[in-house]
Amino acid sequence: MARVQDYLRKSKMPHIWCAGCGHGIVMGALIRAIDRVGLEKDRTVVVSGIGCSSRAPGYMDFDTLHTTHGRALAFATGVKVANPSLNVIVITGDGDAAAIGGNHLIHAARRNIGITTICFDNSIYGMTSGQYSPMTPTGRIATTAPYGNVDQAFDLCELLKGAGATYVARSTTYHVPQTINLIARALEHKGFAFVDVLSQCPTYYGRRNKLGGAIEMMNWFKDNAVPVQKAKQMTREDLRDKVVIGEMYVADEPEYTGHYQMIVDRAQGRGAGR
Amino acid sequence: MEVTGVSVGPNIRLMQGNEACVEGAIAAGLGFFAGYPITPSTEIAELLAERLPRLGRKFLQMEDEIASMGAVIGASLAGLKSMTATSGPGFSLKQENIGYAAVAEVPCVVVNVQRVGPSTGMPTSPAQGDIMQARWGTHGDHPAVAFTPWSVSETYSLTIKCFNVAEELRTPVILLMDEVVAHMREKVVLPEPGSVRLVDRRRPEAPPGAGYLPYDPGDGDIPPMAAFGDGYRFHVTGLFHDRSGFPTNDPTVAERLLRRVCGKVEKRRKELAMVEARETSGADVIVLAYGSTARPAWRAVRMAREAGLKVGMVRLITLWPFPAGEVAELTHSARAVLVPEMNLGQIAGEVERAIRCRAPVHSLTLVGGELFTPDEIFQAIKGV
Repeated sequence: MARVQDYLRKSKMPHIWCAGCGHGIVMGALIRAIDRVGLEKDRTVVVSGIGCSSRAPGYMDFDTLHTTHGRALAFATGVKVANPSLNVIVITGDGDAAAIGGNHLIHAARRNIGITTICFDNSIYGMTSGQYSPMTPTGRIATTAPYGNVDQAFDLCELLKGAGATYVARSTTYHVPQTINLIARALEHKGFAFVDVLSQCPTYYGRRNKLGGAIEMMNWFKDNAVPVQKAKQMTREDLRDKVVIGEMYVADEPEYTGHYQMIVDRAQGRGAGR
Repeated sequence: MEVTGVSVGPNIRLMQGNEACVEGAIAAGLGFFAGYPITPSTEIAELLAERLPRLGRKFLQMEDEIASMGAVIGASLAGLKSMTATSGPGFSLKQENIGYAAVAEVPCVVVNVQRVGPSTGMPTSPAQGDIMQARWGTHGDHPAVAFTPWSVSETYSLTIKCFNVAEELRTPVILLMDEVVAHMREKVVLPEPGSVRLVDRRRPEAPPGAGYLPYDPGDGDIPPMAAFGDGYRFHVTGLFHDRSGFPTNDPTVAERLLRRVCGKVEKRRKELAMVEARETSGADVIVLAYGSTARPAWRAVRMAREAGLKVGMVRLITLWPFPAGEVAELTHSARAVLVPEMNLGQIAGEVERAIRCRAPVHSLTLVGGELFTPDEIFQAIKGV
């Protein structure tokens, strides 16, 4: 197994993430999963939008694309359709994916295009210093929610499953081996794969909400994560304020670019198409 | 190769402006189209949806205009000649990503079939209201290249030109059509296959691994461009970046980047300038027009000539970078310039700037969604 460093652009270190930020753990897990699955460096494109998470591709030694806010999946769709032989990975944050980019997220899932999307989900807008995101739980404090957040958070996994993604999973920065496993499974999946990884932001989310530092926040993940099998036996009330982790949904449906090739064949009068 | 339109002879077709745009794009090597339906540009998407898969190329209807522009940039970075087509409101939505393509130097073609605006405006009526949006639609200083056809035939050749310029300069290029040109039908004489000059982006000469700097222009001002998957493993961002493609906050590097991406277009102002002069020698009034407005304008000029007036016409094909030198030269001996346009005077201001108040510039404006009649322009000529 290659070392994580072999996949990093070491000249771009040190990274910009705050001390205690969980994003490095998620990026590390992604790299280990890429290595495990054996993706070729020269055949892999990593795409991101804007935000803390979205700086990750700059540190990774692949073809990398840092796009406009929320639009990573739109750019990535162009890359994947133009050259379906490429492995396309999208790194996004909760604001990038679920707010400004929400439309692209559900439509990429609907197409079931073969893109692996990892959401570095820290429940806050970190780069702009702590405004509430669509993943900030109700009642939590943010700079734009000084009296407590009124909005309700998404369940991104339920959203993505409903939208048509065929691989949906969730993990946390505490559960690193599981995160690596789930991302590896996502990378090997043929359709649209989505992994929501809860990541701690001690600087803006943890501090304002008095959740402690990085260790306390990761311990919270440990104490409040419920495996998906166990969650099935629990009531809605029991699951309040818990995080369900594991593989939520796996299905086998035609992948978009493969299906598109069948359309090309049909248009060219070859084969029956689907 | 099969071509849309009614065949009226060998290599001669009767076709619509939107159809001519499609055929020009296919002839230019269009490999990827992404769009979102909007009147009056829809036929472009509809036809490409039919044509591209048959050619083994890619057509995508995206979830919105923003996504379409993003997908076009992604596909171009993956190595395909890419295009989108839209109309006014959709063009507004694309602007942020057009700015991205400009600073990240991603070649692509954006077709805007103009309709009356702002906002939803009048979807099925012509206008020329997006002239300044084509120049300054996205934020910040940025290069802009925009061409505008006055006929179906010219739509075909200008679409090819757009791809060639985009690929050569590594920049987004805008084709500003309008509803009249898009929907009318005219004769198009197709060039012999293989006779059209096509430009492809310059690729890096050194193989991967030799320290490729994706934003190093070398001795020129346009860097060679690798495609994702070629093995160069490079980074692309909309942030200001150095020659390696990685973000920088160094003021000197940032300024050098912006001056280069704007300068590469600015420097080619003359070679990009397409301006047609008709009966301008000895004319003391010049009618300066572009797009479908140039059609009644040309009729009005002939009416004026028949009435014994010394009137000529200058037709702009290139709108951006504005062909200021050519306009100044062609209007040099005129005592007045009349600029009819289907907006409130967007190009008239540029003309004034170009001729530096040497002669009065009369702006003739129309924004109700109708085309000028020749007589309206003729009356205005008599009034200057």
